[in-house]
Amino acid sequence: MLALPSAAAPAPRRQLFVGTALGCVAAASLIGAMLALWMRFRTAALDVSGGRWLPKGIKVPLVPANTMLLAFVLVGIFAQWTVYAARRDARSHAALGLTLVAVIGVAIVNAQAFIYARMKLPIGGKGATAYNTMFYAITGSFVLLLIIGIGFSAVTAFRYMGGRTTDREIVAAHALYWYFLGAMFFVLWLVVYVTK
Amino acid sequence: MTTIDTNAASAPASATATASAGARISSAADWLTTTDHKRIGRLFIAVSLVALLGVLVIAALLGIERIDAGASMLDVNAMPQLFSLYRIGLTFIVVVPLLLGIAIAVVPLQLGARSLTFPRLAAAGFWTWFVGAVLLVVSIAANGGPGGGNGKFVGLFLVAHIVLLLGLSAGAGSVATTVLTTRAPGMNMRRVPVFAWSALVGALGLLLVLPAVIGALVFTYIDYRYGRAGFGGNRGIDDWIGFGFSQPATFVYAVPVFGFTAEVIAVASGRKLPMRGVIFSGVALLGISAALGGVLQQPAVISRNISHVALGAWLSDVVPYAFFNLLPILGGFIVISLGALAMRGGRPRITAPLVFGLLGALMVFVGVVANAVYLIGDAQVTGTVFEEGVWLYVVYGAVLSALGAVTYWGPKLWGRSIPDKMALPLAALGFIATVLASLPYLIAGFAKQPANASEFDYAGPQNLWNGLSAAGHILMFVTVIAFIGLATRSFTDGPPAGDDPWDGQTLEWATSSPAPIANFADVHSVASAEPLLDLKPRRDR
Repeated sequence: MLALPSAAAPAPRRQLFVGTALGCVAAASLIGAMLALWMRFRTAALDVSGGRWLPKGIKVPLVPANTMLLAFVLVGIFAQWTVYAARRDARSHAALGLTLVAVIGVAIVNAQAFIYARMKLPIGGKGATAYNTMFYAITGSFVLLLIIGIGFSAVTAFRYMGGRTTDREIVAAHALYWYFLGAMFFVLWLVVYVTK
Repeated sequence: MTTIDTNAASAPASATATASAGARISSAADWLTTTDHKRIGRLFIAVSLVALLGVLVIAALLGIERIDAGASMLDVNAMPQLFSLYRIGLTFIVVVPLLLGIAIAVVPLQLGARSLTFPRLAAAGFWTWFVGAVLLVVSIAANGGPGGGNGKFVGLFLVAHIVLLLGLSAGAGSVATTVLTTRAPGMNMRRVPVFAWSALVGALGLLLVLPAVIGALVFTYIDYRYGRAGFGGNRGIDDWIGFGFSQPATFVYAVPVFGFTAEVIAVASGRKLPMRGVIFSGVALLGISAALGGVLQQPAVISRNISHVALGAWLSDVVPYAFFNLLPILGGFIVISLGALAMRGGRPRITAPLVFGLLGALMVFVGVVANAVYLIGDAQVTGTVFEEGVWLYVVYGAVLSALGAVTYWGPKLWGRSIPDKMALPLAALGFIATVLASLPYLIAGFAKQPANASEFDYAGPQNLWNGLSAAGHILMFVTVIAFIGLATRSFTDGPPAGDDPWDGQTLEWATSSPAPIANFADVHSVASAEPLLDLKPRRDR
């Protein structure tokens, strides 16, 4: 066997951060493709003379949607605060930041459930249109990404509070994931809730 | 005297049997819970090769069915399901996992890494893909799938497809993160082996394309399950998810083929690849343009002549067409031509991996070129079997190349080699099978034989084209079953391979064969893209 020069084991190269970034790329492709199909159906429905996309009698509640958007701004701030605190070994601040991110994440899921309840949009049966199923599919997929984010916050918090305070990479990866969710929701809010 | 009087003669035998059963259970548990990337890769490779045999039987049956358009051997109502299983099976149950499995098994070794990044994710990806594949086949067998009559199993088909793609995405994420973060000291991105680079490009492409297919599947499933208002029910499934197993998305899946070919050319020639940066660009060009084409789904069909329309309108057709269909040709051409240049300068040894790799890459390249013809409206082949011919060139080319990769890296994964003399005829047979299966469909496409149909009528020798294609599928089945038999025998009973049987250039050949659990006894430092070649005496270059 040929003798190659040996070296010390290299330092980890932010595997979790890079992995999270790639996960965000994949999730962006998922939501992007769904939004593209949504817009395609919307355009096709409106192109027909007298056609409509939003079903008759359905009102999209904008207040909870706007609140969700604002909540994402808060999430971004708290996620960055966590990164800032973790860099300075401020354990209590980092833990508080992570908890706040998770709690606001739960509140956003709750707001989405409130939208479902207020809209009373039938998913199937008589009178169901493509809008109905697509609305539930796209917002439901986003809720799934949110739940993953809440789980991510919980895991990060447990690891951090369990004493692994030098593991700052997971905190940065956690923040990246929530920024991504915020950016995705902005596009979703614009296309699904505002443009309708 | 004891109440149980053990027979002295049988006692050791039963004890041995118990110990043997225990060892078998322990071994099975090891495989089920493994996080060793080589084992995960081997699981992907083995399952997808076995699945390939099943899909080839369906391909041959569909080919035979189309020889005589008047006579029906198969149930006409089952045709959409069989065509779906053939397309989805060959793409997502064979080609993608086969190449992904090779990447999972080999890339960490090439990078000098002790393990794959996120090995549990990759293992979960394998089992998710496996369960999804089984459920998908079950759903179609139970009259589900596109055009299926059993509503519950149509729904199961859609869910199984989502599960299957999630598994593949997990594997792709693991491979991409490994290349980006887990390299030996001194190995910057310019020194990464070409196959590892192509695996990175292919994995990133998968991470772009597969979630888009999942998105379409989620819409289709929710609509099918609840509303059936916009996606055409069971008959419309292929319309919405078909882009996942059509061109240019399939080019993304075949990207590692070019990396493997470039690598095996360099090894066979015993010299460094010329213009590595340009080869890297060629692989990236192919992968990126095809991935964007697959995701953006531009209707890039050019049909208007510049003399009849305004320049702006003509350009709006030509620019996306060129970006999504001509750039992949350029990328493939760069890799193949520079590979040929490397061979011309040296005295390449004709080995089975080289022949498999070259012929496989050539077939994929023909598919990429033919796809550019398919999208020219004036050629009038849209909606015909021409597209199936293009697809077959790509997927069978990828299979050929994958067989070459198994032959090449087999010593490192199993510790034994496939005899070159026995593998070489299989490469030639596979090449003939690919051409026979694909080329007649290109010709029949010009004669307007409709796609995915068993009943048609057109002017021309229908029986000849479809008969030749069916023969191609059967020949491919023979090739694959012979290869599996040869590989099984060689990897279990063959003579032990040396640590560096091909006179390799990259780090995987610096460890023992088969590679140990943690891959390397020491962490190696590299100072070039071909660290082993630098240490070897110069061959006649």
